[in-house]
Amino acid sequence: MAIWFSRSRKIAHFLKPKIAPSEFLYKICSNYANSSSFRTLGGENCRNPQVFSDYSTTILAFRRRWWRPESTRAGEQVETPYSDDDYEDENQALDFPGGRVTFTPEMKFISEASDKRIPCYRVLGDDGHPISGSRYEQVDKETAVKMYKSMVILQIMDNIFYEAQRQGRISFYLTSLGEEAINIATAAALTLDDVILPQYREPGILLWRGFTLQEFANQCFGNNADYGKGRQMPIHYGSNKHNFFTISSPIATQLPQAAGVAYSLKMDKKEACVVAFTGDGGTSEGDFHAGLNFAAVLEAPVLFICRNNGWAISTPTSEQFRSDGVVVKGQAYGIRSIRVDGNDALAVYSTIRAAREMVIREQKPILVEALSYRVGHHSTSDDSTKYRPINEIEYWKTARNPLARFQKWVHKNGWWTDDDESELRGSIRKQLLTAIQVAEKTEKPPLAEMFSDVYSHLPSNLHEQEKSLRETIKRHRQDYPTDVPV
Amino acid sequence: MLRIMGKKLGAPGFTALPAGLALRSYSSSAKQMTIREAINSALDEEMAADQSVFLMGEEVGEYQGAYKVSKGLLQKYGPERVVDTPITECGFTGIGVGAAFYGLRPVVEFMTFNFAMQAMDQIINSAAKTNYMSSGNISVPIVFRGPNGAAAGVGAQHSQCYAAWYGSCPGLKVLIPYSSEDARGLLKAAIRDPDPVVFLENELLYGEAFPVSAEVLDSGFCIPIGKAKIEREGKHVTITAFSKMVGFSLQAAEILAKDGIDAEVINLRSIRPLDRATINASVRKTNRLLTVEEGFPQHGVGAEICASIVEDSFGYLDAPVERITGADVPLPYAANLERMALPQVEDIVRAAKRACYRSLPIAATA
Repeated sequence: MAIWFSRSRKIAHFLKPKIAPSEFLYKICSNYANSSSFRTLGGENCRNPQVFSDYSTTILAFRRRWWRPESTRAGEQVETPYSDDDYEDENQALDFPGGRVTFTPEMKFISEASDKRIPCYRVLGDDGHPISGSRYEQVDKETAVKMYKSMVILQIMDNIFYEAQRQGRISFYLTSLGEEAINIATAAALTLDDVILPQYREPGILLWRGFTLQEFANQCFGNNADYGKGRQMPIHYGSNKHNFFTISSPIATQLPQAAGVAYSLKMDKKEACVVAFTGDGGTSEGDFHAGLNFAAVLEAPVLFICRNNGWAISTPTSEQFRSDGVVVKGQAYGIRSIRVDGNDALAVYSTIRAAREMVIREQKPILVEALSYRVGHHSTSDDSTKYRPINEIEYWKTARNPLARFQKWVHKNGWWTDDDESELRGSIRKQLLTAIQVAEKTEKPPLAEMFSDVYSHLPSNLHEQEKSLRETIKRHRQDYPTDVPV
Repeated sequence: MLRIMGKKLGAPGFTALPAGLALRSYSSSAKQMTIREAINSALDEEMAADQSVFLMGEEVGEYQGAYKVSKGLLQKYGPERVVDTPITECGFTGIGVGAAFYGLRPVVEFMTFNFAMQAMDQIINSAAKTNYMSSGNISVPIVFRGPNGAAAGVGAQHSQCYAAWYGSCPGLKVLIPYSSEDARGLLKAAIRDPDPVVFLENELLYGEAFPVSAEVLDSGFCIPIGKAKIEREGKHVTITAFSKMVGFSLQAAEILAKDGIDAEVINLRSIRPLDRATINASVRKTNRLLTVEEGFPQHGVGAEICASIVEDSFGYLDAPVERITGADVPLPYAANLERMALPQVEDIVRAAKRACYRSLPIAATA
């Protein structure tokens, strides 16, 4: 948002720079610190003018012009010697539907791009040490170890199920490789009462909340123990008891639904929020606009998390949108937003803790953009080497690996050793292979499950169809598959 | 998008009465109630009975409803239960679906079902299929309602009938009232139903008044979903119809009676589930069938009914089944063309005579 102030040349002629520009910026900040529209990132930074002035533009892109008009280009930030009194001058303002605006004789377009992109919040360096000046919420040993272990389990689970698909044992799989920190750190920062509306690359949340490897395998094999009764493709997990809504394939439909769930949660006055995920591609859907707009208007307690992993199947973000990523879209809806390094488990943890607290306390939505990279292919139906260089994938898989970075930190704290690592990896691998074998051998759901749950109660026409099908099976037993119980 | 708002066709006498008390008594003993009043009173009573029921849609609150159907509800229940939404069908449908997922019972109003096409994914992929795809873990007790079908001179994008579209989708229930008794009873049943229900109203019928008995006026009144109603008994030919076409069929039946043809008119009330039993029983009695609908001919409701009769009662037919439908064109605007593109009473009369062999079948005259 640009706020620009202008003066007619006549009056401006008499103004002199009264205070230094950076001091002036600080004054502007503190002036507006109390106004609700600026209680944003910029508002918080106002207390530290040094930090604020490091940003040439922030979410509050202050633009001013000299009292001499010819020196500016649209989008350039120029310091100006205006006094605070300007803001209260009633003659310079107009009432319109939507509120009061100051007016200007100068025609100025807001630039489509800022000079600098919104920086992302980061805590850990690549070497696993916290970067200097970083502020974050401390994580105790128990939580940190659970986080790291879960990231490892997620990674191994992804690799093994992917292989199982390649071997033809399951029909489809979709990995979260490269996004383990987003998955697990977010899950660790939430409570079990927070309702999750996932896209499809967030199984780590379920894993954290206690979904077992066997339960994952059962869903992928669509067997009788699958909570989904074999009705969905693999990876479309859902679990009421873990407060994880069943995954639905169409992209971004869960975003307006999240606002609806939050509306209901708000009426319950629960100490919890709704957390809705989407990827960078999902932000192009109409539902993204509707969901965020509505959540802001209805003041719904939704935490929107966008996993910007750079790719929507083969579409890179440069072809997905022309904005500075997703974080800048928040303000367009009147939603407070932040960009975080999604491969930094501690940064994600701190961000989600803070965001969740704000969402619940203020009963307003918040948007978090977690930057990351989709190391795996979009799914088993994709070969991403066809549209991106292999060395790029390798780079993100190794040098920018979120597990390695977090592991260095837990290791440095003396909470994790190499022996722990190999023991965990070996044990999980064994458990997964067993789970797959068990799931594969388990019977498929019985015939009745084809007709149930279409409606709450079985209607007469489906009852007749089921009867007719059973009679057909009896008459032609040899045509009916043997592994489906009748 | 052009919005035809508050077109008060057929409602010249509607006055500002409080919700639930808008009754006009005539000199006859039966009370009269318009469809508008019927829907309004049904909404009012269900919202009073269950705190989780709420209404959401464009203009439903401050404007009292685009067709004044939700008149008085905002004043009575407040903005938390009567929610005016921004113009985004896929947005507010998605919100409604999400609220239903989590335990509320939303009634989502579309200004017309033509605009609901922008929310089609939320209705079909989310509302209709979720109970099944979540294996019963997430139920969707939502009602989608609004005007459906042709009005008068509103053009192609405001006039389509969606009965066949929604009727083909498993997971949905599709209801379509004709009279005020239908409107009250079916809407109450829809709101109480645990499954997603599409409730197709008709703009031109909003102002039409029908007699209602004391039983219908009772707040507990409900019509079972999936049962058709025989509006007029007869023995020579069965005419199935829904919504406004029921009225046309009844008029046609009066004309036919003068010629000695006794037509049985069935008001379907429920497109999904379709009451095949009632239709088949009637055809087995009369041996002749006409289906009447406003919608497009291909893949329409009449096609489904015809297939159903062929499957269950082929041997009973004494004449081919005829479908009377709207023309296979986007509905034109000009009044003369619009009239020719929609079924009229004369079309039903002529078709009934063909079915009774009182006149030659169309093929023979070609």
